[in-house]
Amino acid sequence: MTTQSIKVTIERSPDEQGAFEVPAYDSQTVLDVVSWVQQNADPTLSYRFACRVGMCGSCAMMVNGVPRWTCRTHISKVIKDGAVTIAPLRNLPVIKDLVVDMDPFFDKWVEAEGVHHGSLTRHDPIAPVDETSATRVEANAGIECINCSVCYAACDTVAGNPNYLGPAALQRAWTLLNDAKDEGRVAILDAVSGSGGCHNCHSMGSCTTYCPNDLDPMSAIAGLKRETAKSFFRRER
Amino acid sequence: MKPHGITSRAHPLWLAYILHRLSGLGLALFLPFHFWILSLALTNPDRLDGFLAFTEIGIVKLAEFGLVFLLAVHMFGGLRLMAMEWLPWTPPQKTLAAGATALSFLIATLFLMQAV
Repeated sequence: MTTQSIKVTIERSPDEQGAFEVPAYDSQTVLDVVSWVQQNADPTLSYRFACRVGMCGSCAMMVNGVPRWTCRTHISKVIKDGAVTIAPLRNLPVIKDLVVDMDPFFDKWVEAEGVHHGSLTRHDPIAPVDETSATRVEANAGIECINCSVCYAACDTVAGNPNYLGPAALQRAWTLLNDAKDEGRVAILDAVSGSGGCHNCHSMGSCTTYCPNDLDPMSAIAGLKRETAKSFFRRER
Repeated sequence: MKPHGITSRAHPLWLAYILHRLSGLGLALFLPFHFWILSLALTNPDRLDGFLAFTEIGIVKLAEFGLVFLLAVHMFGGLRLMAMEWLPWTPPQKTLAAGATALSFLIATLFLMQAV
């Protein structure tokens, strides 16, 4: 494979595409390809990465039209006829080249009450958590989110409604709703049942299909739909 | 911000979504026409008879199959959505439920074919 090269197209803006020939190696990731371009062909190319091992969630890009974590995506899995197209993440404003502004994504995380709502102080004993309880199992299902925004980029509802909180933020809200240590039930249900909330979701399932950590935001959002509906019919609010 | 192309919609959940939407749209366009034809029974029976004769034509019969297909797709789409969102089942349970529904539908259709 070392003698071959890959035809790489990088969408640097809607009107400008860069074409590069990148040497192919074994076990080469999409991030390796982008790094090769920046280090050997065009030092002005901007892109974002940090950990390179799928933990930090900063290197997600559109690869052949599909949102992916580029550091853990082997080029051999996505290459088509020796070519690959790489673009900045969808549904987020582009700063430059492959770098998007993640602020809307993180702002919505907070908007969905994806913050800790504690009631104890450091002087209280540590609350016991039953790992086998149904609510803890639900909470555990979503805690491995690395905030990479792949689900947010995959979601057509986000594309159609800029106010929609999106899969990641809503999954976080669902996780906290099921967390025995979190006391924010009313605030969370309030935040996720508004105009940009969970009821916007059409269950298209692209979030769940493309989550690189195999999480299931669609089912988490379905959980929020059930809880907000139950809360409504019980006239809690 | 110009939206970037996305080719990631080719997965079963998204296809189920779009099938449900399009069948619903098709039925919504059909329904006013359907009610208007039914109303002819009261307002203009002769015209209704004329229309009923028109439905004997092969191509119209074929279109009726399309209509039944839309109804079936939309009904199962709705049942699927309600089960998916309202029943906190695990994925294997949902697969089993979908399989059982498909099997019972198949058997029911076989009985119906025998009756016809």
